[in-house]
Amino acid sequence: MQKSLLAQADTISRRLLLAGGVGVLVLAFSGSSSEATPDSLAEAMADALGKDASIKQGRVKVVLPELAENGNSVPLRISVESPMTTSDHVKTIYVFSEQNPIANVVRFHVGPRSGVARVQTSIRLAATQRITVIAQMSDGSFWSGGANVVVTQAACFDGT
Amino acid sequence: MPTTRIVVPAKAKKGDVIEIKALISHVMETGFRHDNFGKLIPRDIITGFTCSYAGEEVFRMDLFTGVAANPFVGFTTIAIETGDLLFEWTDQHGRVTRAQARIEVT
Repeated sequence: MQKSLLAQADTISRRLLLAGGVGVLVLAFSGSSSEATPDSLAEAMADALGKDASIKQGRVKVVLPELAENGNSVPLRISVESPMTTSDHVKTIYVFSEQNPIANVVRFHVGPRSGVARVQTSIRLAATQRITVIAQMSDGSFWSGGANVVVTQAACFDGT
Repeated sequence: MPTTRIVVPAKAKKGDVIEIKALISHVMETGFRHDNFGKLIPRDIITGFTCSYAGEEVFRMDLFTGVAANPFVGFTTIAIETGDLLFEWTDQHGRVTRAQARIEVT
């Protein structure tokens, strides 16, 4: 009797342990799938877009090389799905970095006279990171996209 | 005086979306670097760029330290009428560099 109770206690604790383990796994998983947003990036985004901006995923395509050998000049191409008419167009495209000393990298202001929402430039990258691009539409909605880039030689932001 | 380079198609059909490329020579000094004596090199960057065409601003760009030296930008606009596209770069001290390019629209 005592033994079976013990056995029961044992199985319960094992179950609990398993459940706990699964919980931790799930947590770890959801943590890694959501984008990393360090404080400076979150602050810069809140400043630029407003604190309560609800940002949806999609419509923004970001092209960066997967591997940038030199972080001093990395080609960046952005396109946003939009009819670009007077009533429905992209207003501003924000580019944010999570690793550069300044989270704001560049902003593009476009409009119905752009015809399409497609821009390109060259940016500096201080480290391997994810670049986040957010497009503000004429109806006030925000759409987001991004790209990961591995940087082998960082842009010389410091004294080296 | 910084030098500028502009690429605009010489001719276009009315209503076409045309591709424009613009570049200006500039160090885009970040203000985060030190010289050989350990002194901070002051920030010196271009902060704004605009393109106007047919009486209206059609494109604007805000630049920060994360834009590479000799800032380059590519964007689009719709060909409306024969005329000049005006380009303006403004640095952090308010100095303005201007350039223009003509397009013939048929």
